Amino acid sequence: MLSKCRALDLTNENGFLCGKILADLSVDVIKVEKPGGDPARNRGPFWHDIPVPEKSLYWFAYNSNKRGITLNIADIGGQDIFKGLAKGADFILESYPPGYLDSLGLGYPVISKINPGIIMVSITPFGQAGPYKDYVASDMIAMAMSGLHYQTGEPNGPPINISLPQACMHAGADAAVGALIAYYHREATGRGQHVDVSMQQSTAYFSANAIPFWELSQTILKRSGQYRPGVSTATLQRQVWPCKDGYIFFILIPGKTGGKAYKGLLDWMRNEGMSNKDIEKIEWENMDMATMTQEIVDLMTVPIQKFFLTHTKKEILEEALVRNISLCPLSSMSDLLNDAHLRSRNFWVEINHEELGTAITYPREFVKSSVTSCRTRFRAPMIGEHNREIYEEIGISSMQLIALKEAGII
Amino acid sequence: MERIKENVFSSIKIVSFAWAVVGPLTMKYFADYGASVIRIESSSYPDANRILAPMKEGKSGFNRSGYYNYYNSNLYSMTLNMSHPKAIDLAKSLVTKADVVMENFSVGVMEKWGLDYEELIKIKPDIIMLRQSGFGTPGPYARLPAFGMTLAGITGIPNFIGWPDTSPLPIGVAAYTDCICPRFASAALIAALDYRNKTGKGQLLDLSQFETSLYFILPAILDYAVNAREPFRTGNACSFAAPHNVYRCRGDDRWCTIAVFTDEQWKSFCKVIGHDQLMHESKYNTLLARKRNEDELNGIISAWTMKLTAEEVMEKMQSAGVPAGVVKNSEDLYNDPQLRYRGLFWPLHHPEVGMFTHLGQAFQLSETPAEACMPSPCLGEHTEYICKEFLNLSDEEYLRLENEGVFE
Repeated sequence: MLSKCRALDLTNENGFLCGKILADLSVDVIKVEKPGGDPARNRGPFWHDIPVPEKSLYWFAYNSNKRGITLNIADIGGQDIFKGLAKGADFILESYPPGYLDSLGLGYPVISKINPGIIMVSITPFGQAGPYKDYVASDMIAMAMSGLHYQTGEPNGPPINISLPQACMHAGADAAVGALIAYYHREATGRGQHVDVSMQQSTAYFSANAIPFWELSQTILKRSGQYRPGVSTATLQRQVWPCKDGYIFFILIPGKTGGKAYKGLLDWMRNEGMSNKDIEKIEWENMDMATMTQEIVDLMTVPIQKFFLTHTKKEILEEALVRNISLCPLSSMSDLLNDAHLRSRNFWVEINHEELGTAITYPREFVKSSVTSCRTRFRAPMIGEHNREIYEEIGISSMQLIALKEAGII
Repeated sequence: MERIKENVFSSIKIVSFAWAVVGPLTMKYFADYGASVIRIESSSYPDANRILAPMKEGKSGFNRSGYYNYYNSNLYSMTLNMSHPKAIDLAKSLVTKADVVMENFSVGVMEKWGLDYEELIKIKPDIIMLRQSGFGTPGPYARLPAFGMTLAGITGIPNFIGWPDTSPLPIGVAAYTDCICPRFASAALIAALDYRNKTGKGQLLDLSQFETSLYFILPAILDYAVNAREPFRTGNACSFAAPHNVYRCRGDDRWCTIAVFTDEQWKSFCKVIGHDQLMHESKYNTLLARKRNEDELNGIISAWTMKLTAEEVMEKMQSAGVPAGVVKNSEDLYNDPQLRYRGLFWPLHHPEVGMFTHLGQAFQLSETPAEACMPSPCLGEHTEYICKEFLNLSDEEYLRLENEGVFE
């Protein structure tokens, strides 16, 4: 859809997803790495556990559909070349510490003079301004500062982080939206702008009902292990239920919202003689979510827990599909690659890595469009793979390219 | 009555059949930037969040839920009783004046109402329809009702939470996937609007909350595809940093994260905790040494952090250039100076609950900032306004339909 657009992507792993989303929407995204390769290529896991920059699966995952060049923007010659590229670009994506590009003379005020329509997107842990702007952070620090970390873990244990980077995903995806809002404005007015995205803020953007709980009742929602606080005022509901061979994600929600799912489950339990007269009496569909008691929740939790333990996750999912029970099993990575639904939708696609002599499985597309394809088309770039074709466009000859390489500029 | 102010999407009208969180978060990216978004609701089947806790003063009521009111600013609410044929007609009239129809029900609901894409293009050929069900259409799970709290499991993300020897845990905000799909959907929708402006063609955009969530764990999926490795839980540890953990601080349930990646950070860290001698000690002077002796090191650090507040730990570390951050609870978040500086919260006067903090902007645009124009709507607050201003119904027509129960 956006095939006439070009983005220069200078981000490290904090911003990868932004360019990935734009690239899948057909923007020509060019990864700009420093000579020798972006340090983010050192991020694992690696292909066959060989830790070299051109075998990083982390890099592969988020840089497919992008082309790549090398350029030393700390060098004055490199800065000149960058400005040449910026003239023909629609977006610049970057994740340097606030002020770094300004210090090189490549910040938004300078680039927007060369190209008034440019949209610069900056992704940092805390944003370009404000009291925390110069704080240093890793993904875990941003998660902690976003409030997500605090609520995750056992009630009597420490907060637990998600052991895969997540704050950068929230920020990267948000950045794609911000970039495109700015683009929509640019298409109407010709004017670009600076989009300022914070990992802390994008992650804090969804905190369920934690903020209203604090404001309305000065209640801090706590870590609750496999339970969920705050669905109703005074109760904890189990979210993770052990079954015969794994775990089921299911939550008891009363009233019309969760009534149907519960009815389907209760019918199944009754068929197998695992209901009881106490829970049959509960008028779940008429119950008020906000005032339900812990006693009632506990009364229902015990037989359901016993019931799930008598079935495998596959059996439970199959029966849920027939009976319309809203629950899901916990997937392993192997479950995901073999999932019947994903397979029937052709969600997985093999992308060729000719230099590795193999193909690797990727997701095909995040959206099905009725007019175009947003699929993963080609693998992430090797270091400087597209130098020649891209630098030729701005009039750099192949002899000049050799000189630039020898000078450490590309 | 407050109105949406002029901004990037001022010319865009969206009719939204939204549910719970995915719908509102998607609408916000457009409504906060000037789009007129009409949220169709029903009093006989109110939105899940209108009946979820917490309620203002503990009293239940469709307009009193803090959960709903936090996420629905800048929207118009119109009630339609979709089991009434005239309500379907009104919905279709709205579609003829709209650019976008968005929905996030389970597959089958829009079809039941005769509002699936094939029907919509008959009445508005260049309409853009955005669908975000739990699983996407088509597929064997398409009609399975889904919540973020159940979808979180099928994505596999909880496999990455917990300790090596314990069961996986859910993510603190139980409905984690709710905030993922709206970003992908909004990016695709803006691209589709641009495409329509340039070609005259609308389209159907179909997303799956399940599938988009997998983009948040792609490296682990590739790790399995290539190396056949299933995830293992590592608590708060990180293979290439030490220390890397949460540390208990002074006070009740107070914690601070600290993460040391480089030699330079390690040296600064040792100075901050007043243990200069650790710096060069062979047990700790390299990453691999620190990883080997991580438990012991964590013990030394905790002994130091427990004497300080989490804020003191963060400030001392940050002033020395060491990554550290308070594990913020909801009170901390509510008062966070950085988030407040950046406009994450919008205090707005709500007609029924008074001053109430609404979710504000996700990011900052230098030229076209998001604007807080209207508090979250009361159920059906704008029904009459939409009928008269958008659909040009006369007073008599409106009253007749109201008496027939079309707006219930």
